[in-house]
Amino acid sequence: MRHLLSTADLARDEAIGLLDSSEDMATTADRAHKKLPALRGLTIVNLFFEDSTRTRISFEVAEKRLSADVINFAAKGSSVSKGESLKDTAQTLTAMGVDAVVIRHGASGAAYQLANRGWIDVPVVNAGDGTHEHPTQALLDAYTIRKRVHGSSSRGKGLDGLRVTIVGDIAHSRVARSNAWLLTTLGAEVTMVAPPTLLPHARESFPVVMESDLDAVLATNPDAVMMLRIQKERMHHAFFPSEREFSQLWGLTAERFARLSERTLVMHPGPMNRGLEICSEAADSPQSTVIEQVANGVFVRMAVLYSVLTGSEA
Amino acid sequence: MSGLLFAGATLPDGTLSDILVRDGFVERIGSDLKADGCEVIDVGGLRVLPGLVDLHTHLREPGFEASETVLTGTQAAAAGGFTTVFAMANTSPVADNAGVVEQVLGRGIDSGYATVQPIGAVTVGLGGAELADLGSMATSRARVRVFSDDGKCVHDPLLMRRALEYVSTFGGVVAQHAQEPRLTSGSQMNEGAVSARLGLTGWPAVAEEAIIARDVLLAEYTNSRLHVCHLSTAGSVEIVRSAKAKGIKVTAEVTPHHLLLTDETASEYDARFKVNPPLRTNADVMALRQALADGTIDIVATDHAPHPSEHKECEWNDAAFGMVGLETALSIVQLAMVETGLLDWVGIARVMSHQPAVIGGVDDAAGVLAEGRIADLVFIDATSRSTLTTDDLAGKSINSPYLGMELPGRVVHTVRHGYFTQRDGVIVSADVVSRATRDYDNSHTGAGTEVTDG
Ligand SMILES: [Zn+2]
Repeated sequence: MRHLLSTADLARDEAIGLLDSSEDMATTADRAHKKLPALRGLTIVNLFFEDSTRTRISFEVAEKRLSADVINFAAKGSSVSKGESLKDTAQTLTAMGVDAVVIRHGASGAAYQLANRGWIDVPVVNAGDGTHEHPTQALLDAYTIRKRVHGSSSRGKGLDGLRVTIVGDIAHSRVARSNAWLLTTLGAEVTMVAPPTLLPHARESFPVVMESDLDAVLATNPDAVMMLRIQKERMHHAFFPSEREFSQLWGLTAERFARLSERTLVMHPGPMNRGLEICSEAADSPQSTVIEQVANGVFVRMAVLYSVLTGSEA
Repeated sequence: MSGLLFAGATLPDGTLSDILVRDGFVERIGSDLKADGCEVIDVGGLRVLPGLVDLHTHLREPGFEASETVLTGTQAAAAGGFTTVFAMANTSPVADNAGVVEQVLGRGIDSGYATVQPIGAVTVGLGGAELADLGSMATSRARVRVFSDDGKCVHDPLLMRRALEYVSTFGGVVAQHAQEPRLTSGSQMNEGAVSARLGLTGWPAVAEEAIIARDVLLAEYTNSRLHVCHLSTAGSVEIVRSAKAKGIKVTAEVTPHHLLLTDETASEYDARFKVNPPLRTNADVMALRQALADGTIDIVATDHAPHPSEHKECEWNDAAFGMVGLETALSIVQLAMVETGLLDWVGIARVMSHQPAVIGGVDDAAGVLAEGRIADLVFIDATSRSTLTTDDLAGKSINSPYLGMELPGRVVHTVRHGYFTQRDGVIVSADVVSRATRDYDNSHTGAGTEVTDG
């Protein structure tokens, strides 16, 4: 794998290979000395044009565990905010001898452009681009589901036959897009639930079922329910009338949570709006994978960086 | 002034003929014409059309000279076989008063590569709040007849009504950029399967169709003329078709790029394909071609929109809307309409020369290939095929979506007012053209041959 830009580019074998490689990375986390020498001597820049402390730290931990040298570049207060282009910034950094770029950007397609426009010639990992994709988030979600369902016999397996429901602002969610491709590639059946205003206009363009009645979907006892963070500002652009109404109709309330089977996983990419899209009872329950998702994020990102920089699986 | 004898041209209807040009006018069209001291140019195998007329060109001057100037934009026009261009009003300052339109007119006269007919803004500063100096632009030396806030939609229904009524006083027309602003807030590309996949904010077809539907009703109610700029959707075609059937005075244009390209081109986030209105679906492209063939859409207009490379080599969301189009328009229309059998060359002459001149009110001076008319001519080699490179782009900017594509047809000679602006595929130098245009003006001033009346 040269770059990781979109989960739509991942074949099933490739995706399972990355999840298996993440398993290998996870075993190192149990050791007293967690560092691997795999990327010693290589320099990775975390190019963050958009604030995201969680994702940046997750990548940074992954990079350091692989012994890479890490440069963090935040756009705020830099030449970028003075009008320097993405092209110039990327070329300037790679001229200094960077071996890979992890990019987070508010514009959809920024990672794709960086990888394919001929501006630079190093691997690019998409850490979230606008409302397009967030592929490492989808990989860590898939890893988390697989681990919960298959435990120590996860290796080599997909998510065949599992039913995953994703709820929230689907239209603007890069997490939903990346999961739509990846989870279905791995064999899961995916249903996305949102008010019609927050579903993509062309629903047939994704290999998933789109619904607006959350209770009807939850009654089918999905294997996992993933709640997405809702942006409160959406309310002001007439996507929904109020937080209270959103929570009533599309939130994982205590009442809805109580109706779920005990084996249904409750997932959230974080940061959570407790009381809006998810209640604390659900978030803090044994069914919740929220903390595991954060931990697994490091292993998955180690596997991705290892793959793009060495051209092989661990 | 000595004449030019173009020998062996293929007329739009396919007949072979010589064309004798003298004193800036077409003196004779016929077979075996005598050279009679004229320079003979062998145009055997080349098709001749009346010089092309573009109703929708962004020349960018004054204000955005880094993108284009009247000189470089009219050179691009000459490269594409255009002899008349209508200059859009969204300059800086905006062409919303007699001073600016006369300045643009003057720059065009100095250039000499094409007749530059300024378009006036509908509202002050394109602000959409109060009417611009419509009457004084109409009565200025620039004789403005087409009014447009292009780039912005005249979305206030009351202002649109008043503008339609007011410009009818002097036979004017409002050219509407149909885009409901609230429905397109932050829009980046056509709303559909591709925008959903790419995570780019959609520009729904209904935002165009809602404005056109409203405007044809206003045109009917006020008994005024409406022109719809760059129609881009199948739904818009249906609205215009039914309005015309009811006798409403509406005309419509389509751009070459909307006749060829779809929203799939955005898949690589290459902002050369970012344009407003956006590239639509294949079904829209097919409906637009059919509508141009059956006359529902009257004309092709380029919406030539030059931008410097830094406004295209950036994130899609930050990139400017628009693409250059003068140099390639005829090739694209040949590809989309002639090679598909939808239009013949008589049809091309109609939609790219005669009808644009009629809508723009300059049909006394342009858009007709006939004896006694001004010699604005273009000679093309329709059998040629070549890959487009930046060398083929004569304007200042290179934001063409067709670079690297193999295109049919090549403009060989462009003749304006009896002199070459492009010869053997090479743009004639600026000093030669400017001397020729001065000679033409000197020999025709006050001689009763002033034929720019609208
Ligand atoms: Zn426009």
